[in-house]
Amino acid sequence: MKFDTPATTNPIDQMKVVGKPHDRIDGPYKTTGTAPYAYERHDVVPNQAYGYILGSAIATGRIKSIDTSAAAAAPGVVKVVTWQNAGAVKKPDAVTAKLLGGPEIEHYDQAIAIVVADSFEQARAAAKLIVVDYAREKGAYDLKAAKSSAIKPQPGYAGDPDTAVGDFAGAFAKAPVTLDATYTTPDQCHSPMEPHATIAHWDDGKLTVWTSNQMIQWAKRDLAEAFGIPQESVHVMSPYIGGGFGSKLWIRSDAIMAAVASRACGRPVRVTLTRPMMYNNTTHRPATIQRIRIGADKAGHITAIGHESWSGDLPGGQPETAANQTRLLYAGKNRMTATRLAVLNLPEGNAMRAPGEAPGLMALEIAMDEMAEKLGMDPVEFRIVNDTQVDPENPDKPFSHRDLIGCLRTGAERFGWDKRHAKPGATRDGRWLVGMGMAAAFRGNITMKSGARVGIDKKGVVTVATDMTDIGTGSYTIIAQTAAEMMGVDMDKVVVLLGDSSFPVSSGSGGQWGGNSSTAGVYAACVALRDRIAQKAGFNTAEVDFADGKVTSGNRGVKLSDIAGIEGLSAEDSIEFGDLGEKYAQATFGGHFAEVGVDTATGEVRVRRMGGAFAAGRILNPKSARSQVIGAMTMGTGAALMEDAVVDQRFGYFVNHDLAEYHVPVHADIPHQDVYFMPEVDDKSSPMKAKGVGELGICGVAAAVANAVYNACGVRIRDYPLTLDKLIGEMV
Amino acid sequence: MKAFTFERAHSPADAAAKAVATPGSTFIAGGTNLLDLMKLQIETPRHLIDVNRLGLDKIEGVDGGGVRIGALVRNTDLAADARVRKDYGVLSRALLAGASGQLRNKATTAGNLLQRTRCPYFYDTNQACNKRKPGSGCAAIGGFNRNLAIMGTSEACIATQPSDMAVAMRVLDAGVETVKPDGTTRTIPIADFHRLPGDTPNIETNLIPGEFITAVTLPKPIGGTHIYQKVRDRASYAFALISVAAVVQPDGRGRFAFGGLAHKPWRVEAAERLSGAKEIAGTVLAGAKTTPQNAFKVPLVERTLGAVLAEAKG
Repeated sequence: MKFDTPATTNPIDQMKVVGKPHDRIDGPYKTTGTAPYAYERHDVVPNQAYGYILGSAIATGRIKSIDTSAAAAAPGVVKVVTWQNAGAVKKPDAVTAKLLGGPEIEHYDQAIAIVVADSFEQARAAAKLIVVDYAREKGAYDLKAAKSSAIKPQPGYAGDPDTAVGDFAGAFAKAPVTLDATYTTPDQCHSPMEPHATIAHWDDGKLTVWTSNQMIQWAKRDLAEAFGIPQESVHVMSPYIGGGFGSKLWIRSDAIMAAVASRACGRPVRVTLTRPMMYNNTTHRPATIQRIRIGADKAGHITAIGHESWSGDLPGGQPETAANQTRLLYAGKNRMTATRLAVLNLPEGNAMRAPGEAPGLMALEIAMDEMAEKLGMDPVEFRIVNDTQVDPENPDKPFSHRDLIGCLRTGAERFGWDKRHAKPGATRDGRWLVGMGMAAAFRGNITMKSGARVGIDKKGVVTVATDMTDIGTGSYTIIAQTAAEMMGVDMDKVVVLLGDSSFPVSSGSGGQWGGNSSTAGVYAACVALRDRIAQKAGFNTAEVDFADGKVTSGNRGVKLSDIAGIEGLSAEDSIEFGDLGEKYAQATFGGHFAEVGVDTATGEVRVRRMGGAFAAGRILNPKSARSQVIGAMTMGTGAALMEDAVVDQRFGYFVNHDLAEYHVPVHADIPHQDVYFMPEVDDKSSPMKAKGVGELGICGVAAAVANAVYNACGVRIRDYPLTLDKLIGEMV
Repeated sequence: MKAFTFERAHSPADAAAKAVATPGSTFIAGGTNLLDLMKLQIETPRHLIDVNRLGLDKIEGVDGGGVRIGALVRNTDLAADARVRKDYGVLSRALLAGASGQLRNKATTAGNLLQRTRCPYFYDTNQACNKRKPGSGCAAIGGFNRNLAIMGTSEACIATQPSDMAVAMRVLDAGVETVKPDGTTRTIPIADFHRLPGDTPNIETNLIPGEFITAVTLPKPIGGTHIYQKVRDRASYAFALISVAAVVQPDGRGRFAFGGLAHKPWRVEAAERLSGAKEIAGTVLAGAKTTPQNAFKVPLVERTLGAVLAEAKG
């Protein structure tokens, strides 16, 4: 099905099942420990051996020699595999650093060997017996130092790295009120609950992997490329995923090393990364330096807005596109954005929840707060004054639907924003200074081609199969709701099968495109199945109604189970998105509000309450959508206050590489979170009229917290995270 | 984790004797710290002596009004003990400020005293660490040391002792009862229990090889207002940047011990004759050796102490 004109009325609009806060259908499996995660799949293939990856102890340089003899002779060891005896394995184009390194070392903890043994403990102990002699070379690890060498990167998925409209420099120079400030965001690590893990098994030249991956088709493609085999010879299964946040968009060393080891040993091999390895072996969100300049007239209209961002990555890597939302978020005739990329020899930088916008809004939305103060305007009003209903760089291009103003006003009202004192330091509660802050939320709405197969059997059970993944988001449930709505059956009559490369190719999960795109694909397949059912029943397909397990036309109704018969019926289709994404700017919007306390003595910051209103098209399931948003608000709070993968500038690695030292919020850090979804539909986004929501929730949160800290105590911090050591020096 | 042998001790004296009978022995109680360190091969005992079943899990009153806390009393039980809550509130509060509920259920009194530093270089076996591998150097000096020590450091080590419980015990003048491998017993004042790093940061306490902790004693209650103020980067489950254990009397005089500053709970009794946070902190922190990353601990101690004194005043 091609989606190239705005959606008209369709069965989803009935909202009998879609739009209801249905419990997650996979919830009981997870709460009872019966959802099979990759590393636990003892049953899928016999004779599994355990692989333990050895990572490089240096960041940059080469291996002079490696002695694996003691490890190979250790109890239980089957084989030790390094680049020397691994056999041919190509680096897939989609990843930057080799997933099996050596002798050249590209980053710290890059996989250089895998020990295969009969038990995990034996493999881990033996890995310690490998003796590696390194020649350490000098690397670049400091973004600040590398900034001057940064270059304009090639255009990437987010378009040209630079944009310019009007005369930014001239307008900025002339503006009566201006801000020119630089902000920094640190490296951050995804830290999903489930470490990267894979079981790999070769059989007659065919590779099967049970893994934890957000994008099944990409995993299939990249494994085929790595081992020089046809994609048909690769079978990827990933039905349950314990979080990814972007770290599992592409295959990582667990998959390659398990496959390499299995090929070398002639046995299935099971590999998990350990928690400490996840920080330096896999990917992270790169640190940024961002310069923002805003000029406005005295009434608060932005006349000039400029956003430049610098980040680093390994040679051949990608920039963090932190300036990009500034192209679309606020009005202003004269504007520029620029993205620069430096070479850093840290682990590979890559997508992490809302890449671009998450760090970009951390900076932009503090800048907006600073400007509002300079203008003597309320921060909410300043944003409203600068709303735009068209792409400000391409004024002929309207937004498909944009209700930023509604989000800001509704969010402010629900939060009690009118009680905020504009003057910092004005509210005290015992030892605590209390402040409120807000920020706009913005995240692009990406759509991706997505397919599904939907069948119905003689019992009237609808089965959906698609290689879509559920990374903890609720995909199973919203897909079931979509099929139930389309086919007119109850939720308990729908079976959803996900995460298997033998199923039709879906959008996968990432960039908050999965919910809308994959359900639209299921919609398309259901439309095809409805046609087949109607035809078989002898109905005109335009005049049928699917409800209560029956298809009805006029006053004649037939049970779906009867039409399906012994053979059953099924149909497959994909949703393909036309040029509505080019004709219209498509994005999701929100307003974040936070109240924080700052301890006057210690400078400790604790969030006291949070709230937000969000406009993201039709909300397919308010319960799972809310869970996505409160999780994202939590992650944004972490970004504001604690997340910081600290680089040891001498040795080029993230030092605090475990969950005791790399802090993410705990329950005690997170107060009540009020989440409100604006009632809306976006007919240009998909037949579902939905948009993404999982990443919108993190965009702007950190700035709202930072602005609340400023409002509480009058200390403006422009370098995340806002730890107390940065505050107490400035507090009275 | 390296392969190890395992046995159970039958009595405290038996545990101590067994520990010297088998080279490379380590006691295991809750294992909340040791097992992690073994998995990373930071600790590589060849033999584990399980001391969990020695009946040392009681909290008893002693003659003269103090209490004896069995070495195997779990942190959760100690924090919840009615007498501890009433007479030694600072200890209960310190315990509850540490770790997580699950860890406190498992962790023991003696094990808590013996927990090892959280210096990230100690935890990464690719890096130099004199504590983990004597003579290899200290990667923390010149590295990421934001939460490392500013008092009593050496050229060899700037690690901190991470226990909250020990800081409260220090302010309470606890004693550590032990039995040595030869069967004799002694009580080590908490002040002398942990060592400064000096040239041998790998030796963290004054226990002799095989010496086994049987109990921690607290002297009779001293009254006063008990406060444990832990300053940290998140609301729970984070090690102290600094902490203050305080027992303040109605006349404003008090005892103060500090965590997060040194290789041992940091207390300077001479400072307790002074009054005012600035004066006390100035004396407590005399000779502080800071890095650009951890210099904030100096003002933080004074500010936090000021808040503690204000709170005690009510």
